Amino acid sequence: MLSRKSEVLQVLRVVDIYKHFGGIKAVNGAEFSVKKGEIVALIGPNGAGKTTVFNCITGFIQIDKGRIFFEGEDITNKRPEKIASMGLARTFQIIRLFPKMTVLENMMIAMRDQYEGLHHVFFSRKKMMEKQKEAEEKAIELLEFVGLEAKEDELAMNLSYGQQKLLEIAKTIATDAEFLMFDEPAAGVNLTMLKKISGLLKKLKEQGKTILFVEHNMEFVMNMADKVVVLDHGDEIAIGTPKQIKGNKKVIDAYLGGVQC
Amino acid sequence: MDYFIHIAILICIYIILAVSLNLIIGFTGQLNIGHAAFYGIGAYAAALLALSGQPFWLGLLAAMFFAGLGGLLISVPCLRLRGDYLAIATLGFGEIIRALMKNWTSLTRGPLGLPGIPSIEIFGITFSQPWQFLIIAALIAVIVVFLIRRMIKAPFGRVLRSIREDEIASQSLGKKIINYKVIAVVIGAMFAGVAGSLYAHYISFIDPTTFTLQETILMLCMVVLGGLGSIRGSIIGAALLIIIPEPLRFLSLPSSAAAALRQMLYAIILILIMLYRPQGLLGERRYTRNSNAVKKKRGVASA
Amino acid sequence: MSIAAQLIANGLIAGSIYALVALGYTMVYGILKFINFAHGEIFMMGAYIGWTLHVLWGVPLLIAFPVAMICCGAFGYFLEKIAYKPLRNAPVWAPLITAIGVSIFLQSLAILIYGAQVKTFRTGEVAQGLHILGAIITPIQLTIIIVSTVLMVLLWLFVKKTKIGKAMRAVADNREVASTIGINVNKVISVVFVIGSALAAAGGILVGMEQNLTPTMGVSVGIKAFTATIVGGIGSIPGAVLGGLAIGLIENIGIWFIPSGYKDAIAFIILLLMLIFKPTGILGRKKEEDVRG
Repeated sequence: MLSRKSEVLQVLRVVDIYKHFGGIKAVNGAEFSVKKGEIVALIGPNGAGKTTVFNCITGFIQIDKGRIFFEGEDITNKRPEKIASMGLARTFQIIRLFPKMTVLENMMIAMRDQYEGLHHVFFSRKKMMEKQKEAEEKAIELLEFVGLEAKEDELAMNLSYGQQKLLEIAKTIATDAEFLMFDEPAAGVNLTMLKKISGLLKKLKEQGKTILFVEHNMEFVMNMADKVVVLDHGDEIAIGTPKQIKGNKKVIDAYLGGVQC
Repeated sequence: MDYFIHIAILICIYIILAVSLNLIIGFTGQLNIGHAAFYGIGAYAAALLALSGQPFWLGLLAAMFFAGLGGLLISVPCLRLRGDYLAIATLGFGEIIRALMKNWTSLTRGPLGLPGIPSIEIFGITFSQPWQFLIIAALIAVIVVFLIRRMIKAPFGRVLRSIREDEIASQSLGKKIINYKVIAVVIGAMFAGVAGSLYAHYISFIDPTTFTLQETILMLCMVVLGGLGSIRGSIIGAALLIIIPEPLRFLSLPSSAAAALRQMLYAIILILIMLYRPQGLLGERRYTRNSNAVKKKRGVASA
Repeated sequence: MSIAAQLIANGLIAGSIYALVALGYTMVYGILKFINFAHGEIFMMGAYIGWTLHVLWGVPLLIAFPVAMICCGAFGYFLEKIAYKPLRNAPVWAPLITAIGVSIFLQSLAILIYGAQVKTFRTGEVAQGLHILGAIITPIQLTIIIVSTVLMVLLWLFVKKTKIGKAMRAVADNREVASTIGINVNKVISVVFVIGSALAAAGGILVGMEQNLTPTMGVSVGIKAFTATIVGGIGSIPGAVLGGLAIGLIENIGIWFIPSGYKDAIAFIILLLMLIFKPTGILGRKKEEDVRG
């Protein structure tokens, strides 16, 4: 049994989770944890269940067995919006912005406590407007932080791919969540953008955020991660520092096995 | 003159219908094609109360209440459905409501309809002249448009649009999308109920043939023509689609042919808009910052 | 004759028509994930073309029948090419609204050409009914059951045995994979529209031979066939047939229990219940929602 103190230190604890789709064992006993202030990379060959694990943690997929704890609280199979509102923000493997809304709106909708109830429209209008102004200012600040301030009135759909990736990251920051999850933050972007994104992640770590990400770009992983969790066939086969993982025979076998088939 | 007033009153009623449908389809992205059912529920509720001697405002409230209840009834079970499934479920709901209107004869008198609905009376003043009725209809239309505009421009409306854009992303930001979807449908239904009440008092006779799928298609056509997600568009769409088919009246065609021609016109508009201008005549406006203060401050800071 | 046997017979007759129409919905949905709202109107078109050829121009039924099927098949082909194909990558509501437009267009066209009054195929006396297992079935009704069964068996063979049928199944399974292994997806989609429309036309003529023709006849049959599709599991061909028969039976037996004015509402209520509680249908596969996209 873990002591209460260490539970709090661990932002995320995934305990022996299972998810089978028919005959496919997408997640098969994965277990790992993320400590406060850490950057953890989740890697593994294609089909290892990385994205499924993400979806299980964030409540988009109901798990069959196991437990997931966030900041000591059991969040197993809770609704996605409930989990999100506990202070966990994520991006998706494909870009999921609100394409026909402006960059600024995309930011503002990510923020908390925005008086979004219908009753506020009529009964606390003044407060709502004030809050909006505050949110706008904060959104602009964050856009400056990621370098998108010039695009505030542009529709998200008109941004370049790299800019959309940046906006997604900026949105997760706007949620004020302490724990951020990125599904392939570096996929498909050019070198300049890659540097920008890794710089951003480092800055976020400096600010005390905890980060879990899935990525195929090994250089990026080795550079960024404090800890690497390797998944294969839905189960973790190795956990360690990037250095330890590099020389791990099981990991090499898993990747080579993946290439063969 | 009365002819033009008649057209103007119809436009007011359809503005309410189109704008409220746009709230559901255009802003929240829930393809509801049972809107005529809410309109009909409102009309019957208002008519039945008026015929039993109740005042106009009570009938109006009842129309909103029962239409809203209808919205709740259809939206709660359909929460998991989206896109085409939702469309067909709401269509089914509309037809069930119409079957009730036709067959629940003890309440609705079935196909015979409800004649003799009195005109609107407020504070002892009877609005029986067409121009008097127009004032009421226009006033109510303005209020409805104002209220919906307020909602859309508020953070509430922003959440609705985010649901239309991407439900999963919206959920991942902690939005209780279920609540928002239900609220949007219920509010849209309530306003359709308001339109129903106006219609019942204006025409003074209602029967199930008014609240058909064709009626929903007309509303849908107004929304699509003006632009999904554009309130001004819905207003223009409603006006255009009431006015454009009017010249057909002067062709002295048999009534079934005239109605068919009108329907055909709507159909062609729907198809052409979807193929060539899916954003509609106006398209959605861009919601930019309304407070310039921030911009100025930033300008100073960066200078 | 017993009432139960008669109601079951009526249910099977109506059901085989629903099944024919449901096949079109299910095939199109299986491949394009799109509900072709105008499908019921193609059924109506089939009935009117058959009527024009046979009653108006005196073409023998044996010729009028396949000609109407071919005409509607061709119409389905062009409909897809002109109205739906440009919207294949648009949001779901775009082709759906277009399809609603097409359906209203065809209805009003039929009213303009043929008038709103009913038309009928029947020329002479109604033939003597045959007593089969305690139910009275007219020769026309027998024809309906036989012809629709034959068409369904043919479709089954087509899907199972021919190359294009196998391609259809591959595209339904996964369109991207199918196109990477060299299947011409556009051709498959066209074939599906042609066959689906031809089957709907057949259903239209068969119904027309027994009942009256009205320009709005496609609406209620369309909805019922769609319900059948959902009941059987959308995308499943045997499911569509089973669903069609099930809806026909439930509807005809149901009027025993509830006022006949609600007969048409029965299908809607089943539809709503199915959509709410088991949207994947009886034979449909359960799919986890793909969160990635």
